[in-house]
Amino acid sequence: MSTPTSSRVAVALRARELGIVLALVALVVVTAVVNPLFLSGQSLRDLVLAAAILVVMAAGQTVVVITRNIDLSVGSVLGLSAYAVGSLLEAAPGTPVVVAVLVGIVIGGALGLVNGALVRFGNVPALVVTLGTLYVFRGVAFLWAGGQQINADELPGGFLAFGTATVLGVPWLIVIAAVVVIVTGYVLRNHRSGRELYAMGSDPAAARLAGIPVGRRTLAAFAVSGACAGLAGVLFAARFGTVDAAAGTGYELNVVAAVVVGGVAVFGGSGTAYGAAIGALLLTTIGSALPVLGIDQFWQQAIVGALILLAIGTDRAVAARVAARLRKESSRV
Amino acid sequence: MSDLMKRFTGWDAAILAVLVLFVIVAGLVVPDFATGRNASFMVLDLAPVLLIALPMTLIIVTGEIDLSVASTLGLSSAVMGALWDGGMSIEVIIPICLVLGAVLGAVNGLFITGFGLPSLAVTIGTLALYRGLAFVVLGDRAVAQFPGSYTEWVIGSSAGIPNLVWPLLVLLLVFGTVLHATPLGRSLFTMGAGVDAARFSGIRVARTKFWLYVVCGAVAALAGVLWTLRYSSARADNGTGLELAVVAAVLLGGVSIFGGRGTLWGVLGGVMLLAAVQNALRLADVSNEALQVVTGLLLIVSVLAPNAVGAIRSAVARRRRRPPPPAPAAPPEPLPVSSDPSPSPAVRSS
Repeated sequence: MSTPTSSRVAVALRARELGIVLALVALVVVTAVVNPLFLSGQSLRDLVLAAAILVVMAAGQTVVVITRNIDLSVGSVLGLSAYAVGSLLEAAPGTPVVVAVLVGIVIGGALGLVNGALVRFGNVPALVVTLGTLYVFRGVAFLWAGGQQINADELPGGFLAFGTATVLGVPWLIVIAAVVVIVTGYVLRNHRSGRELYAMGSDPAAARLAGIPVGRRTLAAFAVSGACAGLAGVLFAARFGTVDAAAGTGYELNVVAAVVVGGVAVFGGSGTAYGAAIGALLLTTIGSALPVLGIDQFWQQAIVGALILLAIGTDRAVAARVAARLRKESSRV
Repeated sequence: MSDLMKRFTGWDAAILAVLVLFVIVAGLVVPDFATGRNASFMVLDLAPVLLIALPMTLIIVTGEIDLSVASTLGLSSAVMGALWDGGMSIEVIIPICLVLGAVLGAVNGLFITGFGLPSLAVTIGTLALYRGLAFVVLGDRAVAQFPGSYTEWVIGSSAGIPNLVWPLLVLLLVFGTVLHATPLGRSLFTMGAGVDAARFSGIRVARTKFWLYVVCGAVAALAGVLWTLRYSSARADNGTGLELAVVAAVLLGGVSIFGGRGTLWGVLGGVMLLAAVQNALRLADVSNEALQVVTGLLLIVSVLAPNAVGAIRSAVARRRRRPPPPAPAAPPEPLPVSSDPSPSPAVRSS
């Protein structure tokens, strides 16, 4: 009975992601026509490398937004994790890269748990909590760094090489980003706990009544988002080599934009990590296409904002149309 | 009702007590805190936060939020700088900025009430959009040398009272009267308590909310004008992150983030407490970064505290109610004859 409905919804969702892919292709084609060098291997590699950090954070944010929450603290978590890992490597240059990555993930996950615990036990909206921790975490990073920055020559060469090294010709950063997106997307779609997150986002009260451990899932969702931001911090340090307490300032806007543009509903309950990843790719492409197209770099943030509005507006219109059609069909039966 | 009133005065009184206590302690401990000069600095510091907190309180009371205010402030400042740079006179520029702010607020209002989108998502979008436009307008330039008569008035004082106190006081009284002494104000609380109930009682929810956002935009733009004049510097990044301080102050003042509860007097207390804490810490040579931590923590505490108090209160009430054994379940009361079970067509059609 529900098969036609759910398949239609699935079609609508797929169309939504197709829409962003088309926008991305159109942007790349236009930019490549203006300047064919935009499609050169090096330029494309730089583009995807730059997108990797945003993609990782967007995958984590997807998990939180699906539950009808939001995590605005991700930029600050990135900064704190990047500085922590940088300091660790400066103090102990012999630390293996794997350990550095794990340290970043653990720090991020712990900060995410703080967010999750405040949301769960404080019974307060995630927006306010993470707006607060955005400033708290950033302030802690500043207090810790005390105006110092860690330069590339203070980091071990092995770690910096990790930022550019490749496996089978593919940079590590891209491999990691792809793994994060695929694992997140798979768990969300195929695993029971993932499905429960969607149920929570669609209707928190119904999810509770259905026996879903809403509190524990909320904690887990924020921990995942924090861990992704922590991992992004390590990638940031490896890629740029220079880390100060301001690393990742304002990233939360881009992450939220990527997720929303990628078709994850801000009211929770729908969207995929793949869509969010494409959204992140689109935003990064816009960023590097602007100078090629001869548009002032200052436009970038305005475009991000306009895209957020466009995306939520489109989603609303599509949802309204689907709902109207469903109502019409059910009344005909 | 009287119970509700008691709770309002309870929170207001608590904030006021904390404020007085803090001022006394800081006056004793922090040198230079309790001076007239410092007090007028504090007024200058809290002016933009208080200004924006007034319409923000009304918006949060209806259960919505506006995160774009700081970006509206920045865009207003940037436009002011660009126009002044272009040789326009300040008497023309200021009204233009205020109208611009109203338009920016109307854009928020249109997306939220016209298209039915969540205010959180819309204003995160316009937070980025308006700040981005500010950079488009002014780039990373700074425009200075605004007319001295204006800049001096903003930072000046007469008879020991800063000039800014008067417009702030007038606006505070206007917003306070509207919120607490008019049917419009009551309707805002009704909306915050439940949109459907408000709609059924004939309140024009969408239209009211739309105009709230317009007013909020205009006031944020006014704050941008004052900000520019105070520092005599128009920059695209003016007021970045100020939305945090505004939301923190409003919630600290006892306004419920879920809507339906709060008073403007409590918000005044919240704004002053926040300003006093920041001012005292700054005088005590605490870095700006540590201030960020304090503001963030205050924001979290101010949303946690009412919930914690509520949880404790209901726990106490439950324990008090426990001693008498639970009364046998009363038989369900038959519906009074007078109430018509089927809604009237007029109600159904709305």
